[in-house]
Amino acid sequence: MLAKRIIPCLDVKDGRVVKGVNFVNLRDAGDPVEIASAYELEGADELTFLDITASHEKRDIILDVVARTAEKVFMPLTVGGGVRTLDDIRSLLKAGADKVAINTAAVKDPDFVQRAAKRFGSQCIVVAIDAKEVQSSRSQPIHPEWASEHPELLLEQSDSPPAWEVYTHGGRNPTGIHVQRWARKMDAYGAGEILLTSMDRDGTKVGYDIELNKTVSESVTIPVIASGGAGTLEHLYEGIVKGKASAVLAASIFHFKEFTIQETKAYLQSKGVTVRPAI
Amino acid sequence: MGNLRSVQKGFEAVGAEAIVTSDSKKILSAKSVVLPGVGAFKDCMANLEKLDLIGTVHQSVKSGKPFLGICLGLQLLFNQSEEFGQVDGLGILPGKVVGFKDAKSDSGEPLKIPHMGWNTVRVVPGNPLFDSVADESYFYFVHSYYIVPQDPAIVATTTCYGIDFASGIHHENIHAFQFHPEKSQRLGLTMLKNFSNLHH
Repeated sequence: MLAKRIIPCLDVKDGRVVKGVNFVNLRDAGDPVEIASAYELEGADELTFLDITASHEKRDIILDVVARTAEKVFMPLTVGGGVRTLDDIRSLLKAGADKVAINTAAVKDPDFVQRAAKRFGSQCIVVAIDAKEVQSSRSQPIHPEWASEHPELLLEQSDSPPAWEVYTHGGRNPTGIHVQRWARKMDAYGAGEILLTSMDRDGTKVGYDIELNKTVSESVTIPVIASGGAGTLEHLYEGIVKGKASAVLAASIFHFKEFTIQETKAYLQSKGVTVRPAI
Repeated sequence: MGNLRSVQKGFEAVGAEAIVTSDSKKILSAKSVVLPGVGAFKDCMANLEKLDLIGTVHQSVKSGKPFLGICLGLQLLFNQSEEFGQVDGLGILPGKVVGFKDAKSDSGEPLKIPHMGWNTVRVVPGNPLFDSVADESYFYFVHSYYIVPQDPAIVATTTCYGIDFASGIHHENIHAFQFHPEKSQRLGLTMLKNFSNLHH
């Protein structure tokens, strides 16, 4: 039976691993290659690098990190952050990434996802969606240019709560786009997987947004990775069983050794979740 | 055609030399040949044609030297695929490639496509590539289509995703798998090691 995947996520800035709380107050947690190798030994199922280096001119740094990681790690590696062009994707895949996560660039130009999937195959195109529950008082959304031609993807006044909005630029910019409609569009455009992060929960350790995960997972045919908010092993369990996630992604609970991958898998297995035994 | 580098690194990690090439001469003079590949069936066939490598693949297989197909490199060996309509494959092995359709879990929920992640592989006993690899071990898969070989005798491994499908084949010098040994950590590397030992 297909196992549910446990994916540690490393936020990488200027070649070093950091993890923020709600994307601020970053603290240094070390060398990405070293950490990746440790996760390989622990039996993680996949790894995700999220490059939060601000400058596009410094892309060589992440390429070097990916290349050095790929020398030592023989599990799937996803790299996201700042992926804007087909060339960016090609460089990452060539450096040794297996999948790339596209976020802001997809919102800017949804066709980019279609072109990327066609060129490199759906299996390596992950669409990352940063979702935030819509509040009654909220900032003015920054609609992408194509929005007037695709009003069907936008949030409407009549959307009954809970409803979620797509954010871009590391969770800073609201877009007015409805999360499930967007997820379905990306599915249709050839995304192979969705990495769904709850901006409300990210860094809070109070658990994944289960309703969000379940709603999106039931809206698409492709796998959904739950992200944002995991603080306990029970949260991972809930993300999989109640949130219907194919995989769960977490950062700090693994990086700071609150739980090892082995403990995590033993716990999930004891609760009846199919996982690949840790080595 | 996908991430060739990771297959190469996998072989390097087990002490085998591997080169990535589209040079027919180099392929034909190699001790063994690997056809990896992820992406779309049609593009892959078109690329092989463009690089004038279709004859080279046929020749490599016929030469009797160990041949390893991975993922799309397995699917391409068959007659045709229904990915994006009907597309002809290499036709080295009789059979076709079909999509997971309306696959359901045991509890009746629709299964996600692609079949992505770690799944178990049941091995027909005696396969040299699974030397030191336990039956029902987990390997990494990512695919939306699977092979239906005409001759069930070539099936080397099976995997269950809604249905039982052939996740690997072994026919004479040809070994090919739907999953990715190069992405399957220690056990995957063991398979690459076993494959690289075949020509000794």
